[in-house]
Amino acid sequence: MLTAGDVSAMVRGPQVHRDVYTSQQVYDLEMRHLFVNTWVFVGHESQTPHKGDYYTTQIGAQPVIQVRHGDGEIKVLHNRCPHKGTKIAIDRSGNTGKFFRCPYHAWSFKTDGCLLAIPLKKGYQDTELNKTENAKGMKAVGAVRVYRGFVFARLADEGISFEDYFGDSLSSIDNTVDRSPAGRLEVAGPPLRYMHQCNWKMLVENQTDTCHPMVAHESSAGTAVGIWKEMGNPEPRPPAMEIIAPFMSPYEFFENMGIRTWPNGHGHTGVNHSIHSEYSEVPGYFPALSEAYGEQRAKEILNENRHNTVYFPNIMIKGPIQQLRNFIPLGPDRTLVESYIYRLVDAPDELLARTAMYNRMINAPTSIVGHDDLEMYERAQEGLVSNGLEWVDIQRLMTGVEDYSEEVVENGTTERQMRNQFDAWVKFMTVSMGTA
Amino acid sequence: MLDKAADVTKDQVVDFIYDEARMLDEGRYDEWLALWLPDGHYWMPLDYKQTDPHLVTSLLYEDNFMLRLRVERLNGARTFSQKPKSRCHHVIQRPFIDEFTPERIVTNTSMHYVETRLDEQFLLALVATHELRVVEGQLRIANKRVDLLNSDAAFGSIQLLP
Repeated sequence: MLTAGDVSAMVRGPQVHRDVYTSQQVYDLEMRHLFVNTWVFVGHESQTPHKGDYYTTQIGAQPVIQVRHGDGEIKVLHNRCPHKGTKIAIDRSGNTGKFFRCPYHAWSFKTDGCLLAIPLKKGYQDTELNKTENAKGMKAVGAVRVYRGFVFARLADEGISFEDYFGDSLSSIDNTVDRSPAGRLEVAGPPLRYMHQCNWKMLVENQTDTCHPMVAHESSAGTAVGIWKEMGNPEPRPPAMEIIAPFMSPYEFFENMGIRTWPNGHGHTGVNHSIHSEYSEVPGYFPALSEAYGEQRAKEILNENRHNTVYFPNIMIKGPIQQLRNFIPLGPDRTLVESYIYRLVDAPDELLARTAMYNRMINAPTSIVGHDDLEMYERAQEGLVSNGLEWVDIQRLMTGVEDYSEEVVENGTTERQMRNQFDAWVKFMTVSMGTA
Repeated sequence: MLDKAADVTKDQVVDFIYDEARMLDEGRYDEWLALWLPDGHYWMPLDYKQTDPHLVTSLLYEDNFMLRLRVERLNGARTFSQKPKSRCHHVIQRPFIDEFTPERIVTNTSMHYVETRLDEQFLLALVATHELRVVEGQLRIANKRVDLLNSDAAFGSIQLLP
């Protein structure tokens, strides 16, 4: 059995031990500690707009239900009947009315999880059921917080507060939502679901890996630029050019775009500009935003072009195009990636059309860009088996001792955000492991 | 100027659908691209019975530029996910011809699609809907829609064209 000391020893600043990606024991500990102690993304409130609406997902390996309770609040419940363990809801979404009813023995529960009724209840009259936790109903998660429409939960009853956990990193969610003239997002359709035979942390790290696009994606972005030139550089450019060509930007572009890291493993690329900066203007959008916020504020909102913001442990959002990717761990070498898009309420449809295009061109199982990313992760998962070397290197632009409790902005090609994630990883893995 | 659908027979339409699948299986992509009218889209919905290709996500909704990019990439020297290359195989049922007018021809074809690379192989069941036109006596693809039976499932990479 691994101790807190063993886990800490896997991360030594500039390098991490390969077991963090390959070991079943480490994965089990992540599920038992990391995904219990941190605030994990559950869903968006627009996925459950009406009373009784529910949506099933998981927090780490834990199956949960997000449901809109009778009082209008969103609850997050463990998706398990307290009787025999049957999953209460099996479909991805639906409406359960005023209560959940287990399909096995008809135990029923209010939409906040409280036990409503058990058929033939007299069978429990002289038993000790009432003294158990099972008699209370479907167990709720430790804490839930809806921030500007995004639902987060902490499985642990006690732990770091939402505000302390995310701090100023919430500015990326703010910028995403502020881009709606109504200050509101709505989920647009189901997510892409892309299965990866690799560890979930590889995907999270890749979100701020700015030295790979021009290499791994040369075959798609480079070929796109080549075809466009062959066609005689036609304007307006084919839509694909606007989306894919920026991946071929030179190293200087990525160096200058900057990376910001926040405490607790959060961080983002694209401090100064990003691959989303040069998208064409959509008619009617700026006037609508100006009317809502004033011209000055509207400009400020649109001048923020953050590329990828990682909310540790396992989501990334793209503010300028309202995309969220959820890296759901299913095993040490298995990760389900769900990529959602959102409509900016009261903004022109063209913005959503561009976001939908980005989602399918870059992040679909059929995406020529996604194919090369997945190829890299899966090769890494296979290569890490090698005993030739046991350590993975993440010390690019690490010039001295780093204090991850500070917010900093650095050269856009630093691997500091990966180190920042591993600092948070050790912290939230070991906080509940004890010292034994 | 469109010719009449009467200029082609239903047998020719059926042969066309079979020929297209064979081109994909044999990797004859230049010939395959030449089947397309320039404004055509290859659409693979993400959701069962999806009606909108624009404002929700699809697996594919590709114009001529994207299709050309997709097939040119397959032969690139630095196309890492195609080292080694994938292969594919379509088994198709005789197409239904749902519309057969001078303006357009619509076919509905059930297929099993197999794709393989290294030691992995997967099977997709699908229905392909072709919208065809006759231009200068030749059948051409105006649009193609591919509905996977399990379009909402989680997939690994699907690298070639079902």
